[in-house]
Parts: sequence; C-alpha cells; structure tokens
Amino acid sequence: MLSVLRSLWNVFLHMFQPRVTVQYPEQKPYLPPRHKGRIVLTRDPDGGERCVACYLCAVACPVDCISLQATEDENGRRYPEFFRINFSRCIFCGYCEEACPTYAIQLTPDFEMGEYKRQNLVYEKEDLLISGEGKRHGYNFWRVAGVKIGGKDKGEAENEAPPVDVRSLLP
Amino acid sequence: MNPTLYYIIVVFVVLMVPLNLAAILIWLERRLLALWQDRYGPNRVGPFGLLQSVADMVKIFFKEDWIPPFADKVVFVLAPAIIVVTVLLTFAVIPFAPSFVVANLNIGVLFFLGLSSLGVYSVVLAGWSSDSKYSLLGGMRASAQMLSYEVFMGLAMMGTVVMAGSFNLSDIVEAQRHVWFVVPQFLGFVLFFIAGIAETRRLPFDLPEAESELVAGFHAEYSGMKFGMFFVGEYMGVILISCMITLLYLGGWLGPWLPAGVWFAIKVFLLICFFILLRAALPRPRFDQLMSWGWKIMLPLALVNLLVTGALVLAFK
Repeated sequence: MLSVLRSLWNVFLHMFQPRVTVQYPEQKPYLPPRHKGRIVLTRDPDGGERCVACYLCAVACPVDCISLQATEDENGRRYPEFFRINFSRCIFCGYCEEACPTYAIQLTPDFEMGEYKRQNLVYEKEDLLISGEGKRHGYNFWRVAGVKIGGKDKGEAENEAPPVDVRSLLP
Repeated sequence: MNPTLYYIIVVFVVLMVPLNLAAILIWLERRLLALWQDRYGPNRVGPFGLLQSVADMVKIFFKEDWIPPFADKVVFVLAPAIIVVTVLLTFAVIPFAPSFVVANLNIGVLFFLGLSSLGVYSVVLAGWSSDSKYSLLGGMRASAQMLSYEVFMGLAMMGTVVMAGSFNLSDIVEAQRHVWFVVPQFLGFVLFFIAGIAETRRLPFDLPEAESELVAGFHAEYSGMKFGMFFVGEYMGVILISCMITLLYLGGWLGPWLPAGVWFAIKVFLLICFFILLRAALPRPRFDQLMSWGWKIMLPLALVNLLVTGALVLAFK
C-alpha cells in the first residue's frame, strides 16, 4: 500500500520535470556530419565527376537499390552513363560509401526526403551529383591513379615514378 | 422563471455537459499522461491540441461500422448503448448545485447503485455477443470484478447515508456543512474510491480490457462509433464516480467564496485528474489478486466501517 502511494507521488513529481520530447519540425536535432542520410555523388577539386563506375557500390548494396552503367569519355576516363538510386529501397546503411574507392558516393546528414509519389524517390545522376567535394577535400582519383588517360601518361601521376623500361639493358 | 422551462434547461445542460466533457477528457487524459511521462501529448491540432478530440471524433464517425458475421447482432448493437444510457441516467440524480438537479430523488444513492449494476450488463453482453475468446474472457472478468466490487461499494456508501440519515444526495451534501464526510468516513472514502475505479474499469483495475493480455477484452470486436460509445461510457463513468465521491465525501458544492457550481466543478476536476494519475502510475494486478482483495480485505473492512459508524451514530444520537 505504501509503495502504491510512493509511486503515485513519484509519478506526480514528474509534472515539474522538463520534457524529453523534441518538437521536431520546429526544433531540429543536431546531426553530426557523418550522419547517414541522403546519398550524393561528389566531384573532384577540378569539377569532374569522381565516380569511375566501378560497380562496387552496387555490389555492396544489401538491398540492390543502386543501378549504374559504365562508359568512357574521349580521354579514356570511366564515368557512369547513368547512375540511379532507388531511395524507396535504400536503408541508409552506408556500405556504398565504404565500398567506394574514389570517395565519390557519400552520405549526408539530410533525411527529410518525404515524397507523395513513390516514383519521385528514384534519384537519377543529375539529382545525386553535387557541385562540391563533400566530406573529402582535395582528392582527385585520376591525379593519383597509375592509369593512363588522355592528357596524362603512365608515370605522370602524383608520387609516381616513370615506369621501368623493361627492354633497356641498363640496370 | 417558468419551472418547466427551468427543468428543460437543466436536463439539456446535464445531458450535454457529460457528453462533451467525455470528449474533452480524451484530450485531457492524453495530455496529463504525457505530462507525467515527460512528454507533450497531442499539441498540434488547435490551441494546446484541444481540437484533437474533434479530429478523433470525426475519424471514429467515418470508420467502417462493422458487425462480425459470427456475432449475435441484436445484442451486439445493444450492448454499447446500455453503458451510455445507464451512465447518463445516473446523472439525473446528481445535484451539481443546490436545486440544479434533474430529479431530486429521495433514494438517489440507491438509484445510482442500481444503475451502475445495470451498467455491468453492457460489458457482459458485449463480451458474450461478440462470440470470440478474448471478448468472452473480458466479459467474464468484467462481470466478476464489477459484481464483487459493487458489494462493498454499496456498503462503503452506507456509512455516509447513516451519518446523513438520508438517501437523498442533496441532503447528504447539506449534512456536510460542518465537516466533510471524508474526515469521519476516511475508510469509507478510500473503499468507495477503490470500488469506483473498479466500477469504471479504469487502470489499475482495467482487467476486463487489459490490452497486454486480452487485446481489448470485451470490446475487441467493436469498431467505429460502437467502440466510441464504450469509450464515451467509460469517460462518463469516470465523471460520474468523481461526482459521487464529491457529493458523498468531499462536501459537494459546499465551499467558501466561490459559487456552488464552481466548487463542484473544481472538486470533480481534481478527482478526474487523480484518476488519470492512477492510470499513469500503477500497474495492473493479477485477476486472482483483484478478486481476493475485493472479497477478503475490502468487504470485511466495509462491513466493519458500517458497523462502527452505525454504533457511533446510535451512541451519540
């Protein structure tokens, strides 16, 4: 009986305690920069697409919501012909971001993506591409990769020595 | 004023106030529960979320009114009406202020007891006619609980009746002009309060509907406004029991400075808030605990209370 009265009193005292509810639309919570929200495709410092269409994100995706098609431009740079993310399937696990070798695909702290039509949740490449570099600044895959593309031969990348001439007799 | 017109106004007010108050109580209960659980509750629709009950009403009116094919249709439809009718009828004998009463019966207390016993039929018939296991279990529990708690509810009330020397509720209130009956009849007050909670099937005595074990108990098969009737009946039952406690033990409309009706409203409001606090704070007992408390503790206590009260009243007459 006493415990009943005590619990009544304790619950009554909660009247004077602050409420824990966050009044969401007016009062936005702080989301850290690494929060896993809406997915974007970033660009390198020169403004080119970072994505090299390696399909690793599509392979890593546990719900198969990423679909893309690789192609090459006149300089031999690989890029996606189309890049499509179905956000009605996406579970925002961030595996695509971890799989990406070029920091192209990144998750952002934006989560307010409600739509009235389901089809509107399918984002195409022009919806996904942003003009900035996202969380990773100053990284350009083609500048450090040992792949030959138009305007950059083998051995001309940063921190790369010219290739050894295997036919030369010199040691 | 023309007495006929006066009584028509009184009847209208007594009919409309509990019905509308029951709708507002839905909002009040949710807000208060939220307050005691450090939340906000419904605060979006209208000022302070007050129009939430309007939205709920609109929703419940537009729901499909479905009768299960296996149910006993006539009884199934009748059951929710019984609870509302019995509770509303009981409001006829409640004096909200001196002479503001629909029927100033000389047996007002007995009228209340009789109609609250009839209210059991609603729950039992709902559980029976639904023809489903959970509903039947809920109806069975309800009948056992309400019958056994009604016994000592009546006995606890008799203490005040003995002290006031009348079954008329207005006379009982007038007899409390010097001291409220909650002081000399404290045991009776506690017993009547507990019985009142059980009678309205409110937490912690909501075993007939126990969501976690019986889904929704006796109204599991109900939808739309039929379910709404049970809800309205339950909330009006809370108002009714609060009114009765106010009349029998807390001096009804008596109080200094403020007008009579205001005092009555304040007391009833505080009691309703306490009912909601009980819901926020207390867990539900097991069914056998409920029954054994009722028969082994409450009933003997009520009898002792009545005997001692009667003996003292006789001795000091």
